[in-house]
Amino acid sequence: MSLLTLENVTLRFGGLVAVDNVSFHVGEGEVFSLVGPNGAGKSTIFNLISRFYDPAEGDIRFKQNSILNMNSDQVPSLGIARTFQNIELFEQSTVLQNLLVGRHRHRKTGLMAELFFAPKVRDEERRHREVVEEVIDFLELQAYRDKYIAGLPYGVRKVVELARALASEPKILLLDEPASGLSVEETQDMIFWVEDIKKQMGITVLMVEHDMNLVAAVSDRVLALADGKELAIGTASEVQSHPAVIEAYLGTGERIGDDA
Amino acid sequence: MRFVFKRSYDADINLFKHKPQAMWYLALLALVVALPWLLDEFFLGEATNVLIWAIAGMGLMLLVGHSGQASLGHAAFMAVGCYANVIMLERGVPFILSLPLSGVIAGFAGVIVALPVLRLHGIYLAIATLAVSVLTEDFIVIAEPWTGGVVGLVAPPIDVFGLEIDRYGTPTEFYFLCLIVTLVVLAGYRNLLRAPLGRAFVAMRDSEISAQAMGVNIRRTKATAFGLSCAATGLAGALLGHYAGAFNHETFNLVLSIQLLLMIVIGGLGSIHGAFFGAILIGFLPQFIAISRDGISSAFGLGSVTIPGIESGVFALILIGFILFEPMGIYGRWVKIRTYFELFPFYRKDMFKRQKSYLKTERMR
Repeated sequence: MSLLTLENVTLRFGGLVAVDNVSFHVGEGEVFSLVGPNGAGKSTIFNLISRFYDPAEGDIRFKQNSILNMNSDQVPSLGIARTFQNIELFEQSTVLQNLLVGRHRHRKTGLMAELFFAPKVRDEERRHREVVEEVIDFLELQAYRDKYIAGLPYGVRKVVELARALASEPKILLLDEPASGLSVEETQDMIFWVEDIKKQMGITVLMVEHDMNLVAAVSDRVLALADGKELAIGTASEVQSHPAVIEAYLGTGERIGDDA
Repeated sequence: MRFVFKRSYDADINLFKHKPQAMWYLALLALVVALPWLLDEFFLGEATNVLIWAIAGMGLMLLVGHSGQASLGHAAFMAVGCYANVIMLERGVPFILSLPLSGVIAGFAGVIVALPVLRLHGIYLAIATLAVSVLTEDFIVIAEPWTGGVVGLVAPPIDVFGLEIDRYGTPTEFYFLCLIVTLVVLAGYRNLLRAPLGRAFVAMRDSEISAQAMGVNIRRTKATAFGLSCAATGLAGALLGHYAGAFNHETFNLVLSIQLLLMIVIGGLGSIHGAFFGAILIGFLPQFIAISRDGISSAFGLGSVTIPGIESGVFALILIGFILFEPMGIYGRWVKIRTYFELFPFYRKDMFKRQKSYLKTERMR
């Protein structure tokens, strides 16, 4: 069953067509990757799904219901969580507090209860903490639990981003270049985690990634984009060997001065 | 160095991290409660002044330090609280109702001001709130039938169930009134910071875009931050009215707004401690200058000297000093000193050095 559907989505920034009539659907329990050269519109698609941008045409549906009438802060309540390409953590907070913000969509208490810290606020806090601790165990962040983000190395921050998204208990996880800037070993960890997220947690993953090792290792299907247009869709190897994709990355192969 | 062994999640939820910490704060509370018997009337009045500054400081700290929204207009909300309280008292509302109501009214005023300026950031927001401050001053003059115009109002004595509270008549009672309000605001503030809303404030401050992606409604959260902040500031304003006795539009001029902002910057942005440290500094500085000036002039036999503007001058010097040498304020310095002794002899100079922050996602709107 299709969890997330994009239908003929187009986004223009003035004269520039950033996303040009793109359609795809992500099935439940699938790992779906978007690849393409820089400026292909991959992250823009994420920002469309997060409702930071309004598409000029087309529809975005979650479980058959259009999300275009929602604000960006309502999207997480559906169970759509995301990470950011250039880490957007809360720098002056600890890892634990960052993950607890990820739980915000499950907030049930109101202002007054929180001002007086009513017993139900404490109960809720304990429950949030239990979920967060599971995520911390899963991603092996125990050593960093009470550390401030401002003092953490880049690789750990990437993992905390993933953890914060997971803490919201999403149905679909949008990963924006989870392996960019990571070392070979850290990328290897990321491969295992994405596989576990899919298999153990049953979370659908939509991923933007340049590292073809990671894409090939975890993706069920891959969509290649260039200049906002769809090039090819299929398994990783199919897409990698598709002539249009090779052309987009490497050019047409016509050498200068061939005619001489 | 203390190692806290946490046995349940409550260890991170409770107000105090461990028993000794709770004991220290209890000792501080005992000292504060005992102050009326330790200080003479003059210094008790000054201590009361510090408490009022601290309440306003907590209000502004919530907005600037924790929610990341600038405000150069908080004197306006002190004015709203102050006038609302006295106007209600004059019309026969008992103080026990008029004080909390003045906070509520100031809070709503804050929300109303916040709604149109929500889209503004940083310096633009500061200018917008500055405008509010100036407008409020003018409005007080225009609304003469209610506010007494340029003549101002006189705060009537407080009567709580037959107990008369007056700044000069019964300074001890007035001190305790201010202390109770301080503790109530403090408790609410601390509770908020360990609850989801407080975390949403901090999240909004550090990255609006990702707070939004986590489901934080930015508009509503900003409006709430403004409302709560202005409510606390309004309470401080109501108490200030009683402290000053008589007040008019000039009591709540621009200088007060700037003083409030400087107070929390010097105290240390982003910590409740900072509001108190700043309040102590700003509350005692004028007295300190006056006393040392008298001391110096009598030591050199100069007679009484008045130097116009010395207060602002000293204040400015202190501020510049802090921005250059200790951007984290008095609280930041205190944390460093404490860490030095906790880790002795392993403290390193660069321990609190700001880490380079990585590239942020370009703002999408």
